[in-house]
Amino acid sequence: MTKFRLSRKSLCIPYAVFLLFFVIAPMLIIVFYAFTDKNNHISFMNFVNFFSDPTKLTTIVYSVVIALITTVVCLLIAFPVAYILARSKIKRKSVILLLFVTPMWINFVLRINAIRELMNWMGLLGETNYFNTVFGMVYDFLPFMILPLYTQISKIDNSLYEACADLGGNAFTSFFRVTLPLSMPGVLSGITMVFLPSMTNYVVSDMLGNSKVTIIGKFIETYFGTNWHMGSMIALILLIVVLLSSFLSGGFREENTRRTTA
Amino acid sequence: MGEHIIELKGVTKYYNENLVLDNVSFYVNKGEFITFLGPSGCGKTTTLRMIAGFDLPTSGQILLGGKDISHLPPNKRPVNTVFQRYALFPHLNVYENIAFGLKCKRVLNTYENEKGKTYTKKQRLSKAEIAQKVKKALEIVDLEGFEKRAVTTLSGGQQQRVAIARAIVNEPEILLLDEPLGALDLKMRKEMQIELKEMHRRLGITFIYVTHDQEEALTMSDTIVVMADGIVQQIGTPTTIYNEPANTFVADFIGESNIMNGTIVGKKQVKFCGKTFDCLDDFEINDMVDVVVRPEDIHMCAPEQGKLKGKVISVVFKGIHYEITVKVGKYELVIQSTESRETGEEIGMNISPDGIHLMKPKYTKNVYDGVITKRNTVEFADGEFECDVTQLYPGSRIDEEGYLVLISGEKLDLTGEEVAVEVGLEDISISDDENAGGTTGHIISIIYKGDHYRLIVRTDESEEDFVFRTDDLWNENDYVSVIIPKEKIKLSLKNTEEKK
Repeated sequence: MTKFRLSRKSLCIPYAVFLLFFVIAPMLIIVFYAFTDKNNHISFMNFVNFFSDPTKLTTIVYSVVIALITTVVCLLIAFPVAYILARSKIKRKSVILLLFVTPMWINFVLRINAIRELMNWMGLLGETNYFNTVFGMVYDFLPFMILPLYTQISKIDNSLYEACADLGGNAFTSFFRVTLPLSMPGVLSGITMVFLPSMTNYVVSDMLGNSKVTIIGKFIETYFGTNWHMGSMIALILLIVVLLSSFLSGGFREENTRRTTA
Repeated sequence: MGEHIIELKGVTKYYNENLVLDNVSFYVNKGEFITFLGPSGCGKTTTLRMIAGFDLPTSGQILLGGKDISHLPPNKRPVNTVFQRYALFPHLNVYENIAFGLKCKRVLNTYENEKGKTYTKKQRLSKAEIAQKVKKALEIVDLEGFEKRAVTTLSGGQQQRVAIARAIVNEPEILLLDEPLGALDLKMRKEMQIELKEMHRRLGITFIYVTHDQEEALTMSDTIVVMADGIVQQIGTPTTIYNEPANTFVADFIGESNIMNGTIVGKKQVKFCGKTFDCLDDFEINDMVDVVVRPEDIHMCAPEQGKLKGKVISVVFKGIHYEITVKVGKYELVIQSTESRETGEEIGMNISPDGIHLMKPKYTKNVYDGVITKRNTVEFADGEFECDVTQLYPGSRIDEEGYLVLISGEKLDLTGEEVAVEVGLEDISISDDENAGGTTGHIISIIYKGDHYRLIVRTDESEEDFVFRTDDLWNENDYVSVIIPKEKIKLSLKNTEEKK
């Protein structure tokens, strides 16, 4: 009997199989559906239809705007929290950090349902649909903004703040010329982790926006009920938008990490 | 010189509960190159950080040009720091790093308006002014043309230069340097030492330098402040510190030394290694002294011509000299000489009077505050030791119940009695079995004294020191237990009124 020897390379076989069946194959299927019609003939009609339909275009714009607002609000809340947590000398800061992050461990649907009940009770449900949607998204994605920011800000060496003060810088200088530029990698990964999911997450908009707010994710879901070909096309377009934006921020990030970690 | 640019008055610093600086006072003359020298944890960096403003003294004053700046924030002090690990801003290039301080700066400019009235305005430096100053700073540190380089692409030595340029470009009154050469290799360090010294001469500002490298301190400084345990041990010029060390710590820390116990036997005569030598220091006859002899002050000669005779046990070539270890009776002496000797060779040695440095020993006995317990043992220095309590009252004895019976027949309960405990340097031994002795602690100091070692063991809780001699070799930081024989613990009552 020959002894089976597990080489390091063979460790990636399970993942390669997974990748093939659950990432590459579905992608190919989506591409196939996107560029075919009901009779499975090659067709560009889905593409043409998408860009000639104003509702579809406005939905894309809405999705982007909601995602943008969510991201900005998350950033505005998360930065001070992360900054104070990372810089203060208080004991048990991990406990406080945990409090911010714990909601992530509770089932997503449960959380949104709870908020929905709360809004219903306050009489907001069905009244302020866009506000509700953004509120729900911020509530949902805030930890994803706080964590990378906190990690990045904690990494800033205290001697840099001392150097800044030593060179005559006040608190203002210290923040804008040390903290902010050096926490950019965290800001960017936070943005990526909030912006992209909030563009596609239709559960929040569905439940809190009282189904009045349609974002692109919802659109795809609807189409997959009736027209897989159009649904695939929208999914593909969304994928390209997502890839583009992550490429943009990713490009930034690489540049920044190179300069800070060396 | 003369003007005191900075003066520390009774500065004490606690970190949490730990005393790191104990009543430190000294001054720095304007334009001086002063070095804080000491082993790690001696408080030298803390002192520097308090001058920079990063740490505030718990008590005491820091005066800058006569003004109290103890509680001024760092950005309001006319001092700049070169940090130990440079602390360059990684997101800025060389130019932006150096210009950082200049961009924060506001200067008072005086103008004249149309009516001929003069007025002053607080203004930023112009771009051109900044560019010109940065260029000059880069020239001083020899980094012309490096403006656009990212600091992370520079070598350690280049980063060091940028850090220096970033500090001196602000034209501070005092430049603080916190072990700036620690991260450089030996050759680079030597070069930078010379360059820094040259920079000090050219800029004419006060340099305060922190290092644990005694050679660096001796080479560069005008004045050295030797620190240990948060206390200033000695302040003086490199020559004084080397030739006239104030105590055995300084002698041991600065350069190589032979440290031995000696006794004064006559007017300016000291006996050590079994022989009597003439010396320059005057002590009382019969005084016990610490004798310090530098290795280069022992002169070798033919065996019959030397006052001391010994056998060479090792010879090590050190580049410019040989280090020769000689066994003289039970003592071991280290000699540095440009001449070599053979191992096993019999040689004679002489020491001239000015090569013999005498100092009063810091420790002649150990004294503690103790309390007698129920079991007639004594508690001190985080431990409990068996002792003979009958020595407190002559003629007394202990009965079966543990009471002390005086000679008059009176019974005494000594529990809780406060006593002074005295233990001689010869009466302590240590063991690495934690339970062997009455208390435990870490070895914090080892000094070789020719034929034995002088150790200090410090207990962890109350930081009491046990000073003693031993023939065995231990390592610093060893965790040991302290053993004192019952009959060697001398007790005396603190409250003498109760003494019958």
